[in-house]
Amino acid sequence: MSNTVLYDHPGPRARIRNAVLTVVFGIALLALLWWVYRKFDEAGQWAGPLWKPFTESNTWMNFILPGLGQTLLAAATGMVLSLAFGIIFAVGRLSEHRWISVPAGVVVEFFRAVPLLLMIFFIFFGVPFLIQGPVPAFWAVVVGLTLYNGSVLAEAFRAGIRAVPRGQAEAAYAIGMRKSLVMQHILVPQAARSMLPVIVSQLVVLLKDTALGYIVAFPELLQRGVNDLSANFGNVVAAAMVVATIYVILNSLLTMLANWLDRRSQRRGKAPKEAGTPVSAVPPGGDGTAIAI
Amino acid sequence: MHVFGDSANLDATVAGFLWILKLTGASAVLALVLGVLLAAMRVSPIPVLRLFGAGWVNIFRNTPLTLIVFFCYFGLYTTLGLTFSDDLARNIYWLGVVGLSTYTAAFVCEAIRSGINTVPTGQAEAARAIGLTFAQTLRIVILPQAGRAVVAPLGSILIALCKNSTIVGTIGLMESASVMKDLINANGDAVVPIFLVFAGVFALLLVPTGYFFGWLANRLAVKR
Repeated sequence: MSNTVLYDHPGPRARIRNAVLTVVFGIALLALLWWVYRKFDEAGQWAGPLWKPFTESNTWMNFILPGLGQTLLAAATGMVLSLAFGIIFAVGRLSEHRWISVPAGVVVEFFRAVPLLLMIFFIFFGVPFLIQGPVPAFWAVVVGLTLYNGSVLAEAFRAGIRAVPRGQAEAAYAIGMRKSLVMQHILVPQAARSMLPVIVSQLVVLLKDTALGYIVAFPELLQRGVNDLSANFGNVVAAAMVVATIYVILNSLLTMLANWLDRRSQRRGKAPKEAGTPVSAVPPGGDGTAIAI
Repeated sequence: MHVFGDSANLDATVAGFLWILKLTGASAVLALVLGVLLAAMRVSPIPVLRLFGAGWVNIFRNTPLTLIVFFCYFGLYTTLGLTFSDDLARNIYWLGVVGLSTYTAAFVCEAIRSGINTVPTGQAEAARAIGLTFAQTLRIVILPQAGRAVVAPLGSILIALCKNSTIVGTIGLMESASVMKDLINANGDAVVPIFLVFAGVFALLLVPTGYFFGWLANRLAVKR
């Protein structure tokens, strides 16, 4: 499907016009790229010695790969913990007991509103004063990521649980299931499935946010691959480009996995169908929670 | 609360939050303009523009903001000599705005594009039937309706932008997170109150903003 709804199928004149515009914008774009290229060239950023380190195994073995390993470790730990946090607080907020639902709501709203950097600073610089001992940078990053992304995921799960048709829970109660069993076996699995795109895009956010570890000197990809590497070779621009490429590939893989899972669940008819045909080919973003940033 | 009784600390705190507001304001405007342009490019009939829009979104949405801001300072400023102002803090501020709006525009673009999806096909078809061109269809018919549908997502993007603006602190702007770090290091006995004040101000700013956008989205929603 293409987004031709927005414009007519081009006739001879429109085809010529589009061809002209393609050439014009193409040239403008190439000129822009050329200008950027020249600027970097004037600053000597394409010089061989700056890029040569990336052809040597030493660079990859000592800087980029260990950094990538730490990034993935922090992201994986953060993902598991924040999914657990999200489910617990979503269920807590939906509880019928006010002494559970109100505190859970306050916690979720608070951690969603506080910038992640503020939290990491507090955990890394503030908590050591309280516990009279150092906090490892790894845990400062992971706990910060968990509290923030967990709270966002809690809202996603809550929206998902509330979107499950009422009959599902009623049928479960009718066959004698208890509240906790209904939650575990009926509501949470269906909510997780319908909110999968939101959950995965939040996990992409989590993976990107591990880069904040750089600020508390946690040896992740940005710290090792850009900061430390360029301290040795003086190639900040080159290193930033290589590391950015690695991040883009990682996150694209995660997004592709999400899209694949989404298609798979839609084929089985589990996710609710959208009414009407959308104007363009983009899958609908859903409500506001779908925009993870 | 002896920490904030000291006028130097109080001034630094206020200045930190003012930087946050200024960063958020300038970046929000730039990102909105850029995001709408990118969204228009992504649905346009011209393949080069579609490619450009898609490239922008895929690159900047998938790169950590920390890396983008880092690059704005060490790449654009230190290496390429891009300077906005002779005042050091002003210069870092504008470099931060460049980074923040580059990153946020990608999200605005995707939000608007998903808003375009909520507009029924018949609207675009009717616009074409009365002879509107692509630009007219988009400007007069599609975008105004899409805009109403994306108030809530744009609200969450604005809130995220406000929180993300603390990251500009990593390139040396004394915004609120950096101020808090310094205050914590100087006042080890009042760590929790300091954190609660800073976090509280953010919560006071952002929780009502969230509810406001929720209310606005409801008010502007198109009943179909």
